[in-house]
Amino acid sequence: MEASTEQTQPTARAIDIESMRRGPKKNMANETTCLEVKDFNLYYGSKQALHGINMTIAKNRVTAFIGPSGCGKSTLLRCFNRMNDLIDTVRIEGDMLLDGSDINAPSVNVADLRRQVGMVFQKPNPFPKSIYENVAYGLRIQGVNDRATLDRVVESSLKGAALWDEVKDRLNESAMGMSGGQQQRLVIARAIAIEPEVLLLDEPASALDPLSTLKIEELIYELKDKYTIVIVTHNMQQAARVSDYTAFMYMGELIEFGATDELFTNPSKKQTEDYITGRYG
Amino acid sequence: MVTTAEHISQQFEKELQDVRSRVLAMGGLLEKQVSGALEALMTGEADLARQVIETDKEVNALEMSIDEECIQILALRQPTAGDLRLVTAILKTITDLERIGDEAASIARMALNLSEKDRPKKNYRELQSLGHHVIGMLRDALDAFARFDVDQAFKVASEDQEVDAEYETIIRQLITYMMEDPRAVTRALDMMWSARSLERIADHAHNVCQHIIYLVEGKDVRHLSIDKMEKLLKNS
Repeated sequence: MEASTEQTQPTARAIDIESMRRGPKKNMANETTCLEVKDFNLYYGSKQALHGINMTIAKNRVTAFIGPSGCGKSTLLRCFNRMNDLIDTVRIEGDMLLDGSDINAPSVNVADLRRQVGMVFQKPNPFPKSIYENVAYGLRIQGVNDRATLDRVVESSLKGAALWDEVKDRLNESAMGMSGGQQQRLVIARAIAIEPEVLLLDEPASALDPLSTLKIEELIYELKDKYTIVIVTHNMQQAARVSDYTAFMYMGELIEFGATDELFTNPSKKQTEDYITGRYG
Repeated sequence: MVTTAEHISQQFEKELQDVRSRVLAMGGLLEKQVSGALEALMTGEADLARQVIETDKEVNALEMSIDEECIQILALRQPTAGDLRLVTAILKTITDLERIGDEAASIARMALNLSEKDRPKKNYRELQSLGHHVIGMLRDALDAFARFDVDQAFKVASEDQEVDAEYETIIRQLITYMMEDPRAVTRALDMMWSARSLERIADHAHNVCQHIIYLVEGKDVRHLSIDKMEKLLKNS
C-alpha cells in the first residue's frame, strides 16, 4: 500500500522535499570561490605537515576545519594570511589563491594581505589600551586619525561584534577589565574594523563559557553575510552548528570535505565517521 | 555505512548496545503477539486472545521506555553520523512496532468476537496463509535490523506488494460470501477487519525495513516504488 501513492504522482516527492527545506541544500558548485588551495604541501624543516591539500573556500560561507590535535588544521589556517612566514623552517609548495591571485607571490605585501585576511586566536588578545583604542587601532596604523570616522567605525564594528550595548558607556575603560567572552568579541570587532574580506578564527570559543560561546556562534552566523569565515574548532557540535562546509583533516591530509549537514549525518569516509562519532580509528 | 569499531566512551557504547537489544526484545515480543493473535483467530481460544490483549500494555510500556532512552542519548551524547542515524531509526522503528502491537490486539479482539460464533470449517484458511506471510515478513525485518542487513531489508520491503495482493483477494472473497448469505455478514466483517490488521502489520514491517536502509546507508527510501528503491540502493 505504501508504494502505490508514489506511482500515481511520480514527481511529487522531489518537489515536496525541496520546498520543505529551510534553505537550499548546500552545494559547492553553486558557490563563489573566495580561497583556493591547489596541491599544497608544507614542511617544518624536513617534516611534512600538510600533504597535497586541494580545497575551495566558498565566499560568504562558514567553513570549519576539524580533526584531532596535530592534524594540520591550524597550520593550514595560518597559511591563509601567511602567518607561517614568521617561522624560519617552514617551506611550502603548491598554490594558494585569494580571489584568483597567488597570496605567496613575491609582489604581495604581507601587511596588505593580513588586512584582507583577518585572524582571531584561541585566547583573546586585546591590547592594554581602552576599548575604543583597541577597535580604532587598525585604522590608526593606516593613518586614519579623523575623530568622526573613528567614532563611526568603532561603533559599527562593536555593533557588528554584538558588543556595543554592553560597552557603549565605558569605551574609555581598559579592555583588560572585560570578561573573556567580551574580550573575544572585542578582538573580533578589532578584526572587522578594517573590513577584511576573510576572517580566520582559530578556536575562537574554546576558552569561553557556554553562554559566551553561544554569543560568538551567533555572531559568526551574522558575520557571514559580509565576510568569508574559516574556523578551526575542536568542538564538533560547534562546527556542526556554525558552518556551511566542513573539512576533516587527519595526519596532514584532507580526508573529507563537504556540506556540513551531509558530513555529520552521512560521511562518506570511514575515518571521518570514526572521528566524529568518537571511535578508535 | 555503520562502523563496528568501539567508542572511546565505553559508557556510550554500552548505552547504544543496550537500546538496540531492547528494540530486538520488543520485536521478539511482537512476533509472539502477532502469532498469538492469529492462533486465537484460527482456533477460537478466548483465553489466548485475552492474553494478547493484556500483553499489549507491556508493548506500550516498552515503547515509552525505549523512547526515553533514545531522548537521553540525544540530549547527553549528541550522537553524529551512524550513531545519530541509529538513534533516529530506532525512534521511528519503535513507533511502527507499537502500532503492530495495536493491530495484534485488535485481531485478538476480533478473535474473541468470533470465538462466540459458529466456526466454519475452511473459511479462515486464507487468513491463515496471509497471517503466516505477514509474520514471516515481520520476523525477517527484525532479523535484518539485528544484522543491519540492507539486502534482506530490501527483500522484505518488496514482499509487501504480495501481501497487498493476497489481502485484496481475501476481501473479494468475503464480499462474495456476504452477497451469498446475509447471515454471514457480521462474521465476514470481523474477518475483514482482521485481514485489514494483518495487511497493516505488513505495512509497518515494510516501514521498519526503510528505517534499516536509512540507518545503514543514510538513504531515505520512503515513498518510493520498489524499482526506484532498488535503483537508489544500487547507486552507492
